[in-house]
Amino acid sequence: MWLAEVIVNYKIGILDPEAKAIQNALSSMGYEDVEQVVTGKYFQLTFGPKVNKETAENLTKESCDKLLSNPVIQDYSFQLKEVKE
Amino acid sequence: MKFGVVVFPGSNCDYDAYYVLKKVFNVQVEYIWHKETKLRRFDVIILPGGFSYGDYLRAGAVAKFSPVMKEVIQFAKNGGSVLGICNGFQILVEADLLPGALITNNHLQFRCQDVFLKVKNTESRFTKNYNKEDVLKIPIAHHSGNYFAEEHILKELEDEDRIAFQYCNSKGEVCDEANPNGSKLNIAGILNKEKNVLGMMPHPERAAEELLGSEHGLELFKSLIG
Repeated sequence: MWLAEVIVNYKIGILDPEAKAIQNALSSMGYEDVEQVVTGKYFQLTFGPKVNKETAENLTKESCDKLLSNPVIQDYSFQLKEVKE
Repeated sequence: MKFGVVVFPGSNCDYDAYYVLKKVFNVQVEYIWHKETKLRRFDVIILPGGFSYGDYLRAGAVAKFSPVMKEVIQFAKNGGSVLGICNGFQILVEADLLPGALITNNHLQFRCQDVFLKVKNTESRFTKNYNKEDVLKIPIAHHSGNYFAEEHILKELEDEDRIAFQYCNSKGEVCDEANPNGSKLNIAGILNKEKNVLGMMPHPERAAEELLGSEHGLELFKSLIG
């Protein structure tokens, strides 16, 4: 079976105030060497046993384009892994 | 003139909108459950404020796939009037009926307060009762109202007179200090190209009776009722 691991994050240049707040917190804890923080969302999509790798890839792309990401402000990336049933 | 107020799971300003139309204006208004698929009997559809589907994923992202939204999109494409308030605005941008996106407020806080708005467009069916440069006092209540769009979209909105309202101070000056969420160009509400769809973060339905502190939202509904 195929499993897609999807990461959605803000495009470069889009304000990510949560990441900024986390970076400030890290900095106040003494981790000044952390220069940049990016936040994102992680999703796992598990496909049924009849779905081959190519279909899994297409379905993941469609899911990302239509729902998981907003193309105005976000990018996504994913990788497919083969898992045991 | 018949209004429909869509009710999603998690809507919480549906009654406010219903109340204004029914009790303040005494016009016909009905709730539309999000599973309904027939909208032909309405003249104006309101997508109310709230937290549809718990704001899961992104505010408005799940609501756009509600059965009723397919019809709302068709209704808008046929020229019907659609007003999205707060979460309704978030749904309209997710559904591509309006351009851009509404991201988290730049200070990360939920803001519930009165703001001042400058009326930019007075030609649309939503805003024709206002005068250009009118300054309105209307409340906001949101966490993701930070309007973002690419530069060419912002230019298009300006050139086509599609910015309905901008955040300003009490004197009507559009400035950073009066921007409650980091919105580009202090945008509080925009229209689509055809100007039959309006999305706005402030709540005109909460500014429709003197008892509530402001009646500045009244003219928006009056403009629609005619």
